[in-house]
Amino acid sequence: MAEITKLIHKYLRHDKKFPHVWCPGCGIGIMLGALIRAIDKIGYEKDEIVLVSGIGCSGRLPVYVDFNTLHTTHGRALTFATGIKLAKPNLKVIVIMGDGDAVAIGGNHFIHAARRNIDLSTIILNNNIYGMTGGQSSPTTPYGMRSTTTVYSNIEQSFNISELAVTAGAAFVGRGTVYHARLLDSLMEKAFLKQGFSVVEVIAHCHTQYGRQNRLGTAVEMMELQRDRSIPVEKAAKMKPEELKDKIVIGVLVDKELPVYQNEYEKIRERAREAAGK
Amino acid sequence: MLQGNEAIAEGALRAGCRFFAGYPITPATEISEVLSVRLPIVGGTFIQMEDEIASLGAVIGASLAGVKSMTATSGPGFSLMQENLGLAIIAEIPCVIVNVMRGGPSTGLPTFPAQGDVMQARWGTHGDHPIIVLSASTVRECYDMTIRAFNLSEKFRIPVILLIDEVVGHMREKMVVDEEEAIEIFNRVKPTMPPEWYIPYEDTPSGIPPMANFGEGYRYHVTGLTHDVRGFPTSRPDEIGPFISRLHRKISSHFSEIQTAEFFQTDDAEITLIAYGCVARSAKRAAIEAREKGIKVGLLKLNTLWPFMRSAVERVLQTSKVLIVPEMNMGQISREVKRVNRGVSRVFTLNKVDGTIITPMEILCRIQEVT
Repeated sequence: MAEITKLIHKYLRHDKKFPHVWCPGCGIGIMLGALIRAIDKIGYEKDEIVLVSGIGCSGRLPVYVDFNTLHTTHGRALTFATGIKLAKPNLKVIVIMGDGDAVAIGGNHFIHAARRNIDLSTIILNNNIYGMTGGQSSPTTPYGMRSTTTVYSNIEQSFNISELAVTAGAAFVGRGTVYHARLLDSLMEKAFLKQGFSVVEVIAHCHTQYGRQNRLGTAVEMMELQRDRSIPVEKAAKMKPEELKDKIVIGVLVDKELPVYQNEYEKIRERAREAAGK
Repeated sequence: MLQGNEAIAEGALRAGCRFFAGYPITPATEISEVLSVRLPIVGGTFIQMEDEIASLGAVIGASLAGVKSMTATSGPGFSLMQENLGLAIIAEIPCVIVNVMRGGPSTGLPTFPAQGDVMQARWGTHGDHPIIVLSASTVRECYDMTIRAFNLSEKFRIPVILLIDEVVGHMREKMVVDEEEAIEIFNRVKPTMPPEWYIPYEDTPSGIPPMANFGEGYRYHVTGLTHDVRGFPTSRPDEIGPFISRLHRKISSHFSEIQTAEFFQTDDAEITLIAYGCVARSAKRAAIEAREKGIKVGLLKLNTLWPFMRSAVERVLQTSKVLIVPEMNMGQISREVKRVNRGVSRVFTLNKVDGTIITPMEILCRIQEVT
């Protein structure tokens, strides 16, 4: 049996879930593939994985996979994940969000989860648009681009999700694109193994909304665009900021050791018990 | 001597609460403060979140992972919680939310009492849904009702709201707790069948399916979308109808277990006061003083606000030709009383919204006014 078939049999839910909700050619499937390969490579038990998502195209991802899965409210996935992780620290909690989910409605939760350095792995699918609701502008829609709510052109500056995560204090931040599937595999593996708050930003295309409205071509053409615009982080370090305009810097952006919330809280428990004489 | 808020924290610990997420807000903050000290001692977790939306999210997450969880807030925070409250209802995840009511709307009167959130507690989150809302008037009741809130929440897989007010939250009273005293603690019913046979949202005679905690071998899907019996999103009318009906039925078929009230001097009462929270204290005093004056006044003190206690009101209607509903809002429970009364007796309101408690004298005056 081909490797991929084995993974499909092992990790996908086979009862009543398919066909999935995503458009043909969508990049979410590639992200899901990378997620499954990383989990399989590390060798987690299915019972110890909790997949938490918010709302939107990416929010539908957990329903297809055979883990403990939770589809929450819009932007709030990280808050639920925080509760799960603190209640059962032995569970591996992975959070899936979209760009609107993570940095618009959920922006506050995102920066605080990073600041807290709670041991959660966050995967953010950034396709520059609200896909499920029909192509409205998101906080990552670039300046000057079109959406159904910016038909005259987007006049807002966009968020750089990975830089936001770095600034907010995440212990691990990586960025890849769905064109670079193997890079995604390794970024996710590293993120899952990281103790602390880890973020993988996945640059993806929404050819049915963002691509169509901005005449960027088919899914394949948009993926070729990802390939052409991507610069490995090592190479980007030697480039000037103006040369990096419109480029996608991919690779591991940050990997540092910070006190992890649960470990720190365990110390608090010990101190509290001591103070109480128990 | 304990404060109402402190008694809530003690009650939560006794009930087995081991996770609290909250955000500072007057007049509920003491609950957070006490639990931030006490929870780590018993191996539990306290976390201060970035807002009340996050607080309830974390509480629901922790509960889904198998830990009894609670948050506490006041009006503005309670407004923020309405979103995730709906998720806990549709996904049937037990949790307890304490709302120490203060004056509103908006920032309102942070340090003064009110009872303006009674309807919000019932209908605040969107969509048609059942809910359980309890009330307390004394410090001891704060303790008991918190335990009861956890028990009902675990039993019926529904968020339970404990609605008190600033007076009850900050009032200090003597309270004796016997650690040895047998108090019924109910823990959620877990599935006993093998995981492959587990149908997480299957209808049962009680309407309450057993609940598997995340990480215990029963992998299933939890969603805020309407879902089928397996927990997977559905838009099929033949699946949605029975699901939403079951959500209501699991509460409506257990009213007798959920609803409690105190009947004080009501057996022969010609006038019955219907009150809850801090106002019930004034009402009790007014009922006693009225009897001393020879007026047969009783008190129906509602301990369960929602589902509304139709049966209790019907009972006092058998003797009382006059009902008076004093409350610190413009008339929220009185509307329910009028609905149940259907013109049988005369129903009078006594409303006060200036941030001060309704006094026994004001109630006595109202009694004399209407008789």
